[in-house]
Amino acid sequence: MTRIAELLRALGARIVNTWIWRLGFACRFLWLTLKESGPSFRRFHLTIREIYFAGVLSLVIILVSGLFVGMVLGLQGYDTLVRYGSSEALGVLVSLSLVRELGPVVAGLLFASRAGSAITAEIGLMKATEQLSAMEMMAVDPIARVVAPRFWAGVISMPLLAALFSAMGVFGGYLVGVQLIGVDEGSFWSQMQAAVDFREDILNGIIKSLVFGIAVSWIAVYEGYDAPPTAEGVSGATTRTVVTSSLAILALDFVLTALMFRGQ
Amino acid sequence: MMTRKELDLWVGIFAVIGIGAILFLSLKVANLASFSAADSYRINANFDNIGGLKVRAAVKSAGVVVGRVGEIRFDNGSFEAVVALDIDGRYQFPKDSSAKILTSGLLGDQYIGLSAGGDSANLKNGDTLKLTQSAIVLENLIGQFLYSKAAEGDGKK
Repeated sequence: MTRIAELLRALGARIVNTWIWRLGFACRFLWLTLKESGPSFRRFHLTIREIYFAGVLSLVIILVSGLFVGMVLGLQGYDTLVRYGSSEALGVLVSLSLVRELGPVVAGLLFASRAGSAITAEIGLMKATEQLSAMEMMAVDPIARVVAPRFWAGVISMPLLAALFSAMGVFGGYLVGVQLIGVDEGSFWSQMQAAVDFREDILNGIIKSLVFGIAVSWIAVYEGYDAPPTAEGVSGATTRTVVTSSLAILALDFVLTALMFRGQ
Repeated sequence: MMTRKELDLWVGIFAVIGIGAILFLSLKVANLASFSAADSYRINANFDNIGGLKVRAAVKSAGVVVGRVGEIRFDNGSFEAVVALDIDGRYQFPKDSSAKILTSGLLGDQYIGLSAGGDSANLKNGDTLKLTQSAIVLENLIGQFLYSKAAEGDGKK
């Protein structure tokens, strides 16, 4: 009996000390970041610099993968649709799957591994080399000066990147479907326009990407700030950022999809 | 290290093409511009059975989309479905036009077909269509078919 109680106690201690404590700390950290966000907007060039690193430098990977995902969707979708004699619905299939799901989710995953990991490594290394402590010594709040601009840069960049991914994907589907396979161009666009709704599909996709942007940026800055100030600590934190953000994106995607598309 | 001007330029380009992508999705993919609810008028139609009709389904006349289904509700007085149709203000229909629920293809979406009548007065906002034809429910159709077959069989004996 005592052995089982001992095991349960160890498990409980582990859950409280690692997960719940960290979750609470992350929430307090988010609140602190939001509270200290004033300078990121008053001195907007701080945020612009971070948008460059998080957003502009992610452009190539987002655009190229969007194009290829769209082209693959075009090929696979045509292969299935042509069996039912409705290959004209290819535009609907490509655009709806991109705008509703693949655009926000894949762009979010790419953003987490391209920009989120860089943010964590940067903040973690700043902490390890005691730059953050040095800032505090000079009465500069590191959360206002370092963390908040990176957080807001991620939140601003993510919806733009997801929209670019979807647009590139639709273009890729058009290239393969219309130019390569020879689906009728008129019905490709008109069926797409008839099936895709602005509020139901486009706006919900933008909301999804905004939520993913907040989640990824939050996890990235938190893991960086919380990283143990060693080389191992920073590398572990970077890995955790990618793993946690990817899982968070997929889980949040399910919750958001369940809330948004209940099929009436 | 880049100068601040270069940085601003790149971020500006990023913002412009990002917003351009959102505009492309809204205008070209979702076709937001073609049908706005601002210049439409609403007419009602009562149906015994609407089948699988959904809100935002198309309203077509002669195959051309002239409006959308705005609202579907149940009238507890007459036990009928009341379907509100938002018709584009550019299209006018006579007062005695009729509406029926049709299906595009064998398994496609259901939509409302408007057939123009011969009245000289046109439908106005808030009018109700008098002539309607309900959706064809496949189960009822099969039931009727079986029933008539059975009746035929009885007659032969």
